[in-house]
Amino acid sequence: MERKEWPLWEVFVRSRNGLDHKHCGSVHAPDAKLALQVARDVYTRRQEGVSLWVVQADHIVASDPDAKPELFDPAEDKIYRHPTFYQLPDEVNHM
Amino acid sequence: MTQQMTSPEHIEYVLRLGDNALILGQRLSEWCGHAPVLEEDMALANMSLDLIGQARMLLTHAGRLEGRGRDEDQLAFLRTEPNYRNLTLCELPNQDFARTMVRNFLYSSFQKLLWERLMTSSDAELAAIAAKSIKEARYHAQHAGDWVIRLGDGTAESHARAQGALDYLWPYTAEFFAATPVDDTVAAAGVGPAWSELETAWEALVLPVLAEATLTVPARTPFRSYGKFGRHSEHMGHLLAEMQIMQRTYPGAQW
Repeated sequence: MERKEWPLWEVFVRSRNGLDHKHCGSVHAPDAKLALQVARDVYTRRQEGVSLWVVQADHIVASDPDAKPELFDPAEDKIYRHPTFYQLPDEVNHM
Repeated sequence: MTQQMTSPEHIEYVLRLGDNALILGQRLSEWCGHAPVLEEDMALANMSLDLIGQARMLLTHAGRLEGRGRDEDQLAFLRTEPNYRNLTLCELPNQDFARTMVRNFLYSSFQKLLWERLMTSSDAELAAIAAKSIKEARYHAQHAGDWVIRLGDGTAESHARAQGALDYLWPYTAEFFAATPVDDTVAAAGVGPAWSELETAWEALVLPVLAEATLTVPARTPFRSYGKFGRHSEHMGHLLAEMQIMQRTYPGAQW
């Protein structure tokens, strides 16, 4: 018998209005509509969210793990890029 | 809640609703750990729990209306077969994923219409249960309907299974709409619709989806099932044996 794997979908949940969608896992599903449904059943059954996104995993372009040294390490010693040398006024609470 | 005069028909009507939810919930729970994929395993378990939640509220309510001190557990686990009032459709074996989805679709489409009407019931408790349950029924109908289309309009194998499921289940849907004196009394009191009133609306929900699924709707036959009158199929006894064994072996057992 021919067996075809369903595509993988990455699931993003927004937990409350005003917050961002956050990646929370993945599901297998035959198409986008059912991917949303199974994501609902797998990831929001304990009231985790008010909105769902699903993206077919193939459509995500990821950075190469082997390229980590040239991509991310150079930022390591650039502490002046963090705004930690300023006195923040009290009114600015959420920087 | 103030004590009101409750007709036996009113209690019977609520019992039918509660037993539908209880027995189909029990059937769906059999999928737990056995569904074709993990995602559907969780979906089916969720839906089973939705139905058992409805059953708890409805049986508790029926017990209060009855006023003989029976609670949800006594009604769920300690009645004998002829005292269950669920539609025969709900107790039929799952068989395979296709039959499970076709049944959920036929049943939850009916429930959707029923809960919509019951939201304006003169029985305030029932109206509140309906307002909660309508959301669940809508999702169940959506989920199952999407699957019916994909299975029916899928591979040769999935089409054959979905068509076989529809051929098997369709005759049992006649029972949904069979007129009964219980319905007449309850409808006159404004408690809920006679189920026969819902037939046209149900067909309008169900037939387009079955057509999209490229399934052939069987012709109506004289066959009738009588679960809601307490006359069940041969499958009911086995289901009850499994469902009741804990309460019968350890009476009053609690989690």
